[in-house]
This record gives sequence, C-alpha cells and structure tokens, in this order.
Amino acid sequence: MSNKDDRRKAPAGERVADWADGRLGIYSLAKANMRKIFPDHWSFMLGEICLYSFIIIILTGVYLTLFFHPSMNEVEYHGSYVPLQGQLMSEAFNSTMHISFDVRGGLLIRQIHHWAAVIFLAGMFVHMMRVFFTGAFRKPREINWLFGFLLFVLGMFTGFTGYSLPDDLLSGTGVRFTQGAILSVPIVGTYISMFLFGGEFPGGDFVARFYSIHILLLPGIMLGLVVGHLILVFYHKHTQFAGPGRTNKNVVGMPLLPVYMAKAGGFFFLVFGAIAAISGIASINPIWVLGPYRPDQVSTGAQPDWYMGFAEGLIRAMPGWEINIWGHTLVMGVFVPLVLFGVFLGMIAVYPFIESWVTGDKREHHILDRPRNAPTRTAFGVAWVTGYMIMLIGGGNDIFATHFHLSINAVTWFVRIGFFAGPVIAFVVTKRICLGLQRRDKEKVLHGRETGTIKRLPHGEFIEVHEPLSQEALYTLTSHEQYAPAEIGPTVDENGVERKVKRGEKVRVKLSKAYYGEESQIPKPTVEEYKEITSGHGHH
Amino acid sequence: MSSQDIPEENLPAERDHAHGAVGVADEKNPFADPGLPPHEHRIQDIDERAAKRSERAVAFLFTLSMLATVGFIASYVAIPHDKSVFIFPLGHISALNFALGMTLGAALFCIGAGAVHWARTLMSDVEIADERHPISAEPEVKAKVMADFRDGARESALGRRKLIRNTMFGALALFPLSGVVLLRDLGPLPEDKLRHTLWAKGKLLVNMNTNEPLRPSDVAVGSLTFAKPEGLEEHDHEFQTEIAKAALMIVRIQPDNIKDKRELEWSHEGIVAYSKICTHVGCPISLYEQQTHHVLCPCHQSTFDLSDGARVIFGPAGHALPQLRIGVNDEGYLEALGDFEEPVGPAFWERG
Repeated sequence: MSNKDDRRKAPAGERVADWADGRLGIYSLAKANMRKIFPDHWSFMLGEICLYSFIIIILTGVYLTLFFHPSMNEVEYHGSYVPLQGQLMSEAFNSTMHISFDVRGGLLIRQIHHWAAVIFLAGMFVHMMRVFFTGAFRKPREINWLFGFLLFVLGMFTGFTGYSLPDDLLSGTGVRFTQGAILSVPIVGTYISMFLFGGEFPGGDFVARFYSIHILLLPGIMLGLVVGHLILVFYHKHTQFAGPGRTNKNVVGMPLLPVYMAKAGGFFFLVFGAIAAISGIASINPIWVLGPYRPDQVSTGAQPDWYMGFAEGLIRAMPGWEINIWGHTLVMGVFVPLVLFGVFLGMIAVYPFIESWVTGDKREHHILDRPRNAPTRTAFGVAWVTGYMIMLIGGGNDIFATHFHLSINAVTWFVRIGFFAGPVIAFVVTKRICLGLQRRDKEKVLHGRETGTIKRLPHGEFIEVHEPLSQEALYTLTSHEQYAPAEIGPTVDENGVERKVKRGEKVRVKLSKAYYGEESQIPKPTVEEYKEITSGHGHH
Repeated sequence: MSSQDIPEENLPAERDHAHGAVGVADEKNPFADPGLPPHEHRIQDIDERAAKRSERAVAFLFTLSMLATVGFIASYVAIPHDKSVFIFPLGHISALNFALGMTLGAALFCIGAGAVHWARTLMSDVEIADERHPISAEPEVKAKVMADFRDGARESALGRRKLIRNTMFGALALFPLSGVVLLRDLGPLPEDKLRHTLWAKGKLLVNMNTNEPLRPSDVAVGSLTFAKPEGLEEHDHEFQTEIAKAALMIVRIQPDNIKDKRELEWSHEGIVAYSKICTHVGCPISLYEQQTHHVLCPCHQSTFDLSDGARVIFGPAGHALPQLRIGVNDEGYLEALGDFEEPVGPAFWERG
C-alpha cells in the first residue's frame, strides 16, 4: 500500500511512531487514551500531589544513595561542621553530615527528599478523605481503595525506615521505641527483636537492614501499587460530581491531550517547585543539632514525623498495665497500642466492604456523593479522623503542655478520655450537621433561594422574596440516590413454613436502619411536593 | 434469599438519562436532567488581543524559568558552601542552600505555572462527554471463558490424576521453607541476653562525663549523675549495645526520706543507683526533679519516684526502674555489689 515515495513524505515523528506501532501497538493504545476525558474538580488534584511527591522522593532518593554510607561502623567526625569535630559517630551519621555540609546542594536534596515524604503522606491522608467522604470507594473501585490504603501504610513504614537511617539522636530514639514495642509482642517478641537487629539493641546491623528495606523492598512494592492504582484510574474512568449532563453512564470533562497533559504535567512542576522552595527556606530534620545516636542519651520534645504521631499518641496515652502470670509477662501497656495501631488503620481497609454489605448494592457507582447525602458514612469518617487527631495530640502531649502551659497529666487524661468520647461526639454532631444541610437543600429546592430582597405587601406585611432555582440547580440538588432501609423479609414462606432468620441478616437490617432509617436521612423533595408548592398562590 | 439480596424497591432508582437527552425544561419533571449547559466563551476565545496577552504571560513564565536555572548554576558555582546569610524572618541560614532552593523552586514553579496558564486560557475548554461501559463481561464472553477454562483443566488432567496434584501441592508448599530457614541467622536466640548487663560485683561506678570512678563525696544532694561500669569505653566495639543496658543514674537522697526499705538497704549513705533505661519502651530517663525525687522520661512522660523504689507514679511505664545494689570498696570508691536482679528496660514475654 505504501511505496517508497509515500514513506519519504511522512514527517519524522510519524515515521518513529509507525516504527513503534509495528512493535508495541501504540496506535491502539493512543486511540483509547490520548483524548481520554477527565472531569474537573479541585479535590481531584490531591491524588496528583501524592503521585508527584512520590516521583520527587524517588528522584532525590537516588541522588542521596550516591553519597550515603549505610554502615554503623564508628568513625570520628572531621567534616566542616565545627561543633561536632572529633566526635564518635556511625558512618551513616557521618555521611549524612557530609551530604548536608560538604556536598554542594546535598542539603537541599536531603530536605526536598524529607519534605516530599512528609507531603506525600499528608497528601495521601487528605486524598483518602476525599475518596471516603464522596463515596468514590464504592463498586467498582474497592480494589483501588485497597491499593491506596496499602500505599498509605507502606508509605508510613518507608518514611520511618528512611528517617531512621541517619542514625541521629532523634531517629535512634524512635528505633528504640519500635524495638521496645516489638519486645512487648507475646511469645515471639524477643525473637523478632533479636532477628531484626542482629542481636541486642542497637547492635551494628539495623542501618544496613533498614537501608535495603527503605530503598528497595518497600519502594519497589509501592511503585508497583502506584502503577496499578493509575491503571485502574484509567480503566474505571474518573468519578464525577452530579450536575446537568453528568450521569452514571458518562464522564464529562476535558481531554488528556492537550488540556490534562498541560494541567497535570504543569502541576508536577508546581508541586516540585513548591517543595524545592520550602526546602530552601525551612530546615527539616537538622541532624547536626541533634547529634549522633547514643542509647543512653535523649533530647526533650522527641517527636516522630507527623504520620507516626498517632502511634506515638497511642503508646503515650495507654496506662502501663502489665500482667504477670506463670512466669510470663503480657505487656498490655505497649502491646495494646501496637494492636490498636493495626486495628485503627485496618478499619480504613474494610469500610467499603462493610458499607456494600449493608446496602446490598451491586451496581457500579461513578457519581460522587456529597458528604451530607451520606450522613452515617460521613459521621463514621469524621469520628475516625477525630480519634486520629486526638491521638496525634497525645503524641505531642509534651509539646502541648510546654507551649500552652498545661499540665502534662491533664493533657494525657484529656487524650485518654477523648479517644473514647471524641469520636462518639463527633459522630453525633456530624450526623446532625449533615441532616441539617439536607433540610436546607430541600428547603432551597421547594421554596427557592433567599434573595435578600424585602418586599412590602399591600396590606403591610414584609416578606423576603425567594427566587426559584434554575433547572440545573434543581437537578443537581435532587439527583442523589436515597436507599430505603432493609427489612427482615417475611419469616414464614408461602407454604407456611417458618424461615430461620440468620444472625448476619439481623445485624445487616439493624445497620441498614441506622444508615438509612428515618433518623438518618431527610427524604428528598418529590416532584409532587414541588408542584404543589410552586403552583399554589402562597408561593413567595 | 441470601443475606446479600435485597428487594429491588429498596435500591434507589437508577439514573440513566443519556447526556443531553433532556435538553429543555420538562413540564412533567422539573427535576429532570437538563443536559450539559452551553459552552461559555472565555475572553481569550473571542478577543485575539486577550489571547496574545495570555501567550505573552506564558512565554514570560517559561523565560523566568530559564533565568532561574541559570541562577541555580551560578549559585552553585559562586556561593561557598559554608557561607551563612541572615534572612528575615528565617535568621542565619546557609546561603547556598537558600539560593539553590529558591532558584530551583522558581525554575520548576514557572514551568508549571506557564503550562497551567496555557491550558486554562488558550487550550479549548469545551467539555466533552465520554460514554462509560459496564466493566463486567457480557454473558457470552463469560460462557466462552468458562468453557475454555474447563477445556484447559480437562486437558491438564489435574482433577483426574490426584497423585500429580497432591505431590505438586506438597512440593510447592514445602519449598518456601528453605527461604524461612535461611532467615535463621539474622540474629542470635534471645536466651538470657536481656537479663544481664555488664554490672557485676566489685565493678566501680564510673562518671559518664569525667570518666573517673565515683566517690560518695562526688554525689551531692539534688544532683543527678550518670554512670557506666568500669572498663566500658566509648571506642569499644560493643559500647552502644552495652551502654543501652548498663546506663545508670545516681542520686543522693536523705536516708530518712527513702520510703522503700529495700531501696535503703541497697543504697550507700542515701546514694541510690537506678537503671537509666525506662521500663516502658527503653528511652533513657534524663529529667530529675530534686525536690520530689521524681524522674521523668522525656519520650513518653513515665514518671518514677526515686525515693520510693522508683515506682511508677504517672505515665505508660508498667513497672519500677530496676535498682543496682551499691557499696563502697576499700579505696573509698562506689562499687556495684552485683548485677541488676531483674532485666532492665522494656518488659517482654519471658520477663516474668
């Protein structure tokens, strides 16, 4: 079909593309994806922040490995930072000092790496809140929710193993805390500790071991999960908020080429630029102030990076219970927080499956919920975040005590009580607020928008003029779905034989009533209600 | 009916108005989907001068980025790495780090700002609707896959030749054990390692700061002294691991004020020696309140009363700090009269 002349006429780019297509099939790939539509909403960029900071972490991390020595051999410091001259320190600390003071730009890359990690975790936290509160985790996206959850948890441990590498006084204290927590595990605790540290704490192995976990094992898994996460985002197509013309069967927005390539590609540079500027201005983890790790030394105000703060809070708030029986010790004071740490995070993973079990809904959902329209879910989410935040306060109880001149005991007791009371209060309050907002929406639909215009009627009465909503607004406010609470079906079948109601079904019906019963949602306005009010002469 | 099935009427009605299907206000249903609103033009779409302004703004940002990169290289070459500079309100900071951060930040940020401005003002902002398709396969596809699978399974004869199946499962289940066994040499067994420290009868208490053996007269009321066992030096290979268990804190309390009988017996003239390692998760305790003889761990705020057997009076620690029995040798130096009688540091399963 194409003779020699034709091929010469094709521009160089096309010829390269032809070459690649013959081997990779790129045209079919591009046909499906080049003009792929992405909907626009500010909250959809939160995930992008995570992706970009992850890329920044990998780029800067590779640079740091060129200079870092993951060894705990003791050396004397002879670098250019005067206060630590002659001090004994591990090679890990020494090389981190070298990066910070003697490699030009090394400090900047170190700080970009650390800042990006802090922002990566914060980004994932907020991105997950966006996905949770809008119900974007529902079918078909449950697996992608789990990928995201795993990324969050692995990100925490990658961060922890990373900030432990310089072997400074602060991070060493954190490693000691972790080792103490491992010791509390019944039966196998001492064995895990000996195997992890190659003997007693601190030994001479953990930096090298954390290093391979930090730069290879965990990031490798995470990279795979990120790729899977993105493939699924493409495959499922992005969710969108309800609005005119936006249905469960379409996706409305702008195409990848050119708009989202420019916006998302540009956003990478915005995120990188912002982190670089922050790293030029704000010092993070100044290990030269802390000094090298010594197991018999510590500084006050020791805090982990923020994402480990709630674990720190759990361990600070838990009373020091120890049970000694038959020559063994169950260290409740440390082991319970360790278990709670897992359970509290695990709740994130299982929630989508609990909700879909309660609703029994097996359909695909591509239209996002407004948080108010799912009051019980929203209340659960806020309760969880409240518990998390209270533990974060607990993790900084000494900082709160010193900065606000409070008693450390009072702060600790506040956290102990708050951990149980806070989420309950938050749940109730959030649900009330959601219902209030639902009523307000209903009011707006039925009676129109308050214009602020005051009108005097002929007989002297003052009224405020309400302006009916546009059809776009009416549609947006009424298009959400409302479930009816599940019922336990007839317990006697058509032949009069009694059917045994399973316990699981009873629980499900109860939960369904709590989610979708009268107390948990305001029935949205119906067309009949609307017509009755708008056609009546009393409308104003 | 399984617990998962619920009657159809409990599910909310499906929204399936196709895009633009209901273009005008519907008399019957005022809540109907009016379809995508018409596209509104931006100023750049209708005024070429505004579009030119946007173009210049984007080009300006890209040019700024180029200048910033030049600035980055210039800073790298020109600014000495040990120069510090005062910048309000940051204080004295590294000039090189500041210059590199700001120029790199500007170079990157301007590329991003240019691209986003370009996309927002000059690229088409007409919204397009794409159809979604159900993810689940059509029944025919599923039927074909199931048939293929059955064919493949039958041809493998895995179900019929049970001997092959069972031995294969056995082999696959066993081989990972080699990997587990290989992990054995990650570390030694715990044995009684956590029960012993370097302290032993006759070991002198050496001041951590001066590296001199302590005499009773060196320990004043109200002071907190840190000590290590004689013979343990900072350059020793095992120093970190040994000091992690052996670190000692010494205070002097008026003997009348010591409430615990055993504490008094194990002390010397009111001088008491306790493990410095917190019994919670092992932080070194370092805050001492002379009036009350309370010590506080700065990590998690466990508070111990040194005048009462170092029992826990607040915080998450589970048991008292271990006390070291001390006395004075013939030459008048403080010495240990044995090792700690219980393990120091965090509690563990075998501690008992």
